[in-house]
Amino acid sequence: MIPVCRLEDLPAGESVRVDTTPPIAVFNADGEIYAIDDTCSHQDASLSEGWLEGCLVECPLHAASFDLRTGRPTCLPARRAVRTHRVSVDDGTIHVHLVAEEGSAA
Amino acid sequence: MRTITVVGASLAGLYAARELRAQGYDGRLVIIGAEPHPPYDRPPLSKDFLTGKADEDQLALSDAEETDELAAEWLLGVRARALDARGRTVLLEDGRTVASDGVVIATGACARRLPGPSLAGVHTLRTLCDARALRADLAAWPQRVVVIGGGFIGAETASSCVALGHDVTVVEAAPLPLLPQLGADMAAVCAGLHARGGAELVTGTGVAALHGDATVRAVELADGRMLPADVVVVGIGATPNTGWLAGSTLALDDGVLCDDGCVTALPHVVAVGDVARVGAARAEHWTSATEQPRVAVRNLLAGHTAETVRPLPYFWSDQYGSRIQFAGRRRADDTVRLVEGSPEEGSFLAAYEREGHTTAVLAVDRPRPFTRMRRGLLAAVPVAA
Repeated sequence: MIPVCRLEDLPAGESVRVDTTPPIAVFNADGEIYAIDDTCSHQDASLSEGWLEGCLVECPLHAASFDLRTGRPTCLPARRAVRTHRVSVDDGTIHVHLVAEEGSAA
Repeated sequence: MRTITVVGASLAGLYAARELRAQGYDGRLVIIGAEPHPPYDRPPLSKDFLTGKADEDQLALSDAEETDELAAEWLLGVRARALDARGRTVLLEDGRTVASDGVVIATGACARRLPGPSLAGVHTLRTLCDARALRADLAAWPQRVVVIGGGFIGAETASSCVALGHDVTVVEAAPLPLLPQLGADMAAVCAGLHARGGAELVTGTGVAALHGDATVRAVELADGRMLPADVVVVGIGATPNTGWLAGSTLALDDGVLCDDGCVTALPHVVAVGDVARVGAARAEHWTSATEQPRVAVRNLLAGHTAETVRPLPYFWSDQYGSRIQFAGRRRADDTVRLVEGSPEEGSFLAAYEREGHTTAVLAVDRPRPFTRMRRGLLAAVPVAA
């Protein structure tokens, strides 16, 4: 379990990258916190720098879009899911649980 | 339509095949590819593939599951030689013919070469075979590498060669690389990446000749300088592959002439990707190759131009650890305004402006605000009538 940041430091619409190996991206999507692998499954780009809209994040390089709830791509060019990670908020701090849940292959 | 033939097993060709199925076409689908490989992604060839970080399996654009779903007949390793006057029959170089009700032209472009006899050690970088050959030549090091052309392929290749430990010189005939794309100020900033990355940049002089016996030994510049070279990479642009269409009725002029909906003068023949001149412009961008097929296929299936593309040029380049992204259409007299960051700190966002409007945006390592501005530009692209 890795502490990420204070909940109030990640307002809605924002994201933060956790420098684990591989790195993880944590998002506040309209109040819901999600964590997925940070690296786009298509090519090397950081999803924490992507465009967040609802529960979807768009890769900043080639505009592949992923559903934060499942890690699955919702459009090309990505074809493989990214892993999702469980998050919790304890005493106002966001934690990522590194027991990786495989995003089921789309 | 009972048979549609996609000529070109390229990025654009694959996207066209996907769109045909996605838009409900369930007839016979034939895909013809000059190269022996199934469709692969080219951008990594000058970067991760060249440096050995990515291998051939990571270049694949498709997998077995999708290939099954597409249910296409793949004719790979064979070139199309002609399209008949009615645009109904594709003739292959091995003598076979494919009778078609619809044709998608996606034959791409091929790397321009220097005139003169071919010498070992001289490469272009466009296809997987090109990249394999260059990678093999770079396996022994250090080598003196001369890259001719400071465009994206040249700059990325130079960057990869530096990363591999080679001694690299980039030769650009213009006063600065990327001058037409970025304008003088920003081109100068990007040119600075070479020096910071450890490559030498020679500008304002062309190449007079390559010297060597069987293998290249030196590059002679137009100003008389002689650059010793073990490996030469020629990155001086690409020519659309339209030669096979010479006997057809299609209009050809630096590409296959299409309307704004990728449709040629024959309503059952559309063109996409690098080979297509859509409206008045031909784009050699990855994004165009992936965006045009949806519209082209819709119009092909409709039998007329029901929809037009709304292109917003977008390209990116990874050089010396920096990611350059550019979107929009700049004109020579646009002013440039730094929005965030600065060239000195190595990360910035710049807007090109004209009469109070943003025409284009350039970012170096600022992906998030770049995306925001690119989306703003996209929303402002007028729908062609």
